[in-house]
Amino acid sequence: MCLGIPGRVIDRRDDAGLAVGTVDFGGVRREVCLAYVSDEVEVGDYVVVHVGFAISRVDEEEARRTFEVLREMSQLEELGWMADLADAAEGVQP
Amino acid sequence: MKYLSEYRDPDLARSLVDRIQRKATRRWTLMEVCGGQTHTIVKQGIHEVLDEVVEMIHGPGCPVCVTPLEQIDRALHLASRPDVIFTSFGDMLRVPGSECDLLQVKARGGNVTVVYSPLDAVQLARKHPDKEIVFFAVGFETTAPANAMAVWRARELGVENFSVLVSHVTVPPAMVAILEDPANRVQAFLAAGHVCTVMGWEEYEPLAERYRVPIVVTGFEPLDILEGIWMAVGQLEDGRHEVENQYVRSVRRDGNRPAQDLVRTVFHTVDRGWRGIGTIPASGLGLRPEFAAYDAELRFGLEGIRAEESADCRAGDVLRGHLKPYQCPAFGSRCTPERPLGAPMVSTEGACAAYYNFGRMHAAAGA
Amino acid sequence: MATTVRGLAAQGIVCPAPVPAHDRVQLGHGSGGKMSASLLRDRFMPRFSNRWLDELADGARVPYDGLEVAISTDTFVVSPLEFPGGNIGHLAVHGTVNDLAMVGASPRYLSVGFVLEEGLDLALLDRVLDAMARSAAACGVEVVTGDTKVVDRGKGDGLFVNTTGIGFPWPGFRPSPTRARPGDFVLVSGPIGRHGMAIMAAREGLAFSADIESDTASLSPLVDSLRLDVGDGVHCLRDATRGGLASALNEIARSSHVGVELAAGVPVPAAVEAACEMLGLDPLYVANEGVLVAFVTRERADAALAALRSHAVGRSAVAVGHVTEAHPGIVVQRTALGATRVVDLLPGDQLPRIC
Repeated sequence: MCLGIPGRVIDRRDDAGLAVGTVDFGGVRREVCLAYVSDEVEVGDYVVVHVGFAISRVDEEEARRTFEVLREMSQLEELGWMADLADAAEGVQP
Repeated sequence: MKYLSEYRDPDLARSLVDRIQRKATRRWTLMEVCGGQTHTIVKQGIHEVLDEVVEMIHGPGCPVCVTPLEQIDRALHLASRPDVIFTSFGDMLRVPGSECDLLQVKARGGNVTVVYSPLDAVQLARKHPDKEIVFFAVGFETTAPANAMAVWRARELGVENFSVLVSHVTVPPAMVAILEDPANRVQAFLAAGHVCTVMGWEEYEPLAERYRVPIVVTGFEPLDILEGIWMAVGQLEDGRHEVENQYVRSVRRDGNRPAQDLVRTVFHTVDRGWRGIGTIPASGLGLRPEFAAYDAELRFGLEGIRAEESADCRAGDVLRGHLKPYQCPAFGSRCTPERPLGAPMVSTEGACAAYYNFGRMHAAAGA
Repeated sequence: MATTVRGLAAQGIVCPAPVPAHDRVQLGHGSGGKMSASLLRDRFMPRFSNRWLDELADGARVPYDGLEVAISTDTFVVSPLEFPGGNIGHLAVHGTVNDLAMVGASPRYLSVGFVLEEGLDLALLDRVLDAMARSAAACGVEVVTGDTKVVDRGKGDGLFVNTTGIGFPWPGFRPSPTRARPGDFVLVSGPIGRHGMAIMAAREGLAFSADIESDTASLSPLVDSLRLDVGDGVHCLRDATRGGLASALNEIARSSHVGVELAAGVPVPAAVEAACEMLGLDPLYVANEGVLVAFVTRERADAALAALRSHAVGRSAVAVGHVTEAHPGIVVQRTALGATRVVDLLPGDQLPRIC
């Protein structure tokens, strides 16, 4: 179950008492209910969205840190086709 | 797409595959609970490349597959009423009921509309005051907060021509049912990342302890799945049985409290039937009496609609992981995505459909 | 009043109530997937079979007085009638022009038939007709005859239009769905998924906004370049419309009895990919209106790509796979991990999912 896609909050407002906002998913924008992340999310933050509801704020610091661990792990591999990874992009793409 | 595409990096994926293969000293049997995880595993061929060290058993994590026949029949009944606009997530439209499915009801003149969010259904109700809008509220704990909010908002805004047909199920009781099954072969679980985004992972700690199984809360992209498998294999090799979190960018131990609060306000725990498995006590959510006005079953008098599942249905064996889809005699012949016999062949998350659509080459190779 | 609905009795290991045969047309029958194929195979073909129809190409090349004439027809039922990137008028002209081009013919004349719904805004009709006139002029085709009917309010989506086209086949240039051969390269003229997602974005119920425009365009100039620069090395041409790239490839794989292997990356614009992620859709199955797929011999693949890229519409043309002897009739795709997945026809329409 559970298609949850990360997107960036680009604005937020109140719709008759309900916290909503526009979330941008790589160029596609939709109105999303922010009620469940209202206290922790600001414009510019990333959220995971399921059926039009933000269910969590993406912890970008954690994401970066653990992704680095993954990349370091792969750099320790002593396999020929891994050699190029040391020069791979810095962390996540903008 | 940020926080999505990076987790599909093929080089990092291959490095994880290699690590898993070197970590495992024997073949282990894992279950991924969530249909979205099954989709990724079969589509990417993860089960194929790891076959020597890991057997992936696909769990019942597809709310479409496990929605009881009875609820489908009730949905079909409602959708056939001329005064009703029946709204649903797209997933449910091709699930076979006793006689037909929602798409066929639509063909016969029923008003069946796909919505992306439950709030869109409430909006529709406001737009069409002369009609009754019913929303098919299915899903696991991930979707419950959204469905709860739809009911809550309808009440707040005084929208009276809106109701929900509820068929919510929860994960931990299903895992217990699997673990209690004497024929169980699952040694570790990949727990559902978005279910746990909402619920956290506290409720899995007693399970890991009691049944001595590693449980790794895992995401949905290839790197997530592979990292989750790597962590699970690591625990198995070490003889540990803890709850670990792979999906750190979205999941925290206590989950999303405001979401849990509203779910608890609108829903309460009930016994639920799981199609192909049977009734699992306290495994579902139903509307609390205070919200009875929004219960489509009460509003339309549907309690009398009953359906009987075939006791010999193999879908249950597939959902419990005892049977691989391609081991079912009907797979690919009498039962295909065009003419599904059971729900796992219909849902794009269902194990049978995943194997039919993605995995036929692997199956033909004789696993 | 209790209603008891019984599942049919089990017979050994049969799953619950098998769904009885469909007795009605469903939307899935128009999706370009398996239901469409079986409607054609089971109901139309037995009644109308002949050697041209049996080829199931985008159009037919029929003999006339020692020469050949190509004919093709297409009916457009899109809703909404206007969408980012164009309107139904553009589709109506480009669709039939493209079908004629795909069978190796030079499109020349069109007939148009309209079914208008009572209450249709005349200003909208004007916009549609303007689009048709401009597109026809740009494609070098003339509308030489037509018909118009009006139906009661509620009996049509505002406007349905059929175009039927006549074209003149080029001698010696005969792409056909039956001609794919092992070793052939599979090329696409551009990124996929734009039209279908532009339509989805404009639909109520899924309301999202995106920088996605329909790719509706004439592919005839691209085919001309292929004919001149590659000629008989072009084995198959198909415009990848409803059912997407996956359907076009499956149709050719079946007609030619060959296997097709797709590489992991097929070009998809970022916004289309994002919209597909959001709705849980696979871009391989999303409709296009300005993308062709070409099966060419390996030796001529580079020349074919150059020919396609010499046009604005084909500037992103790229090779996406090849034809194999293995698994005839089946299309597979290599995954990033080196495994293979089957890319089958879907039964009906792809539906947005939450799962």
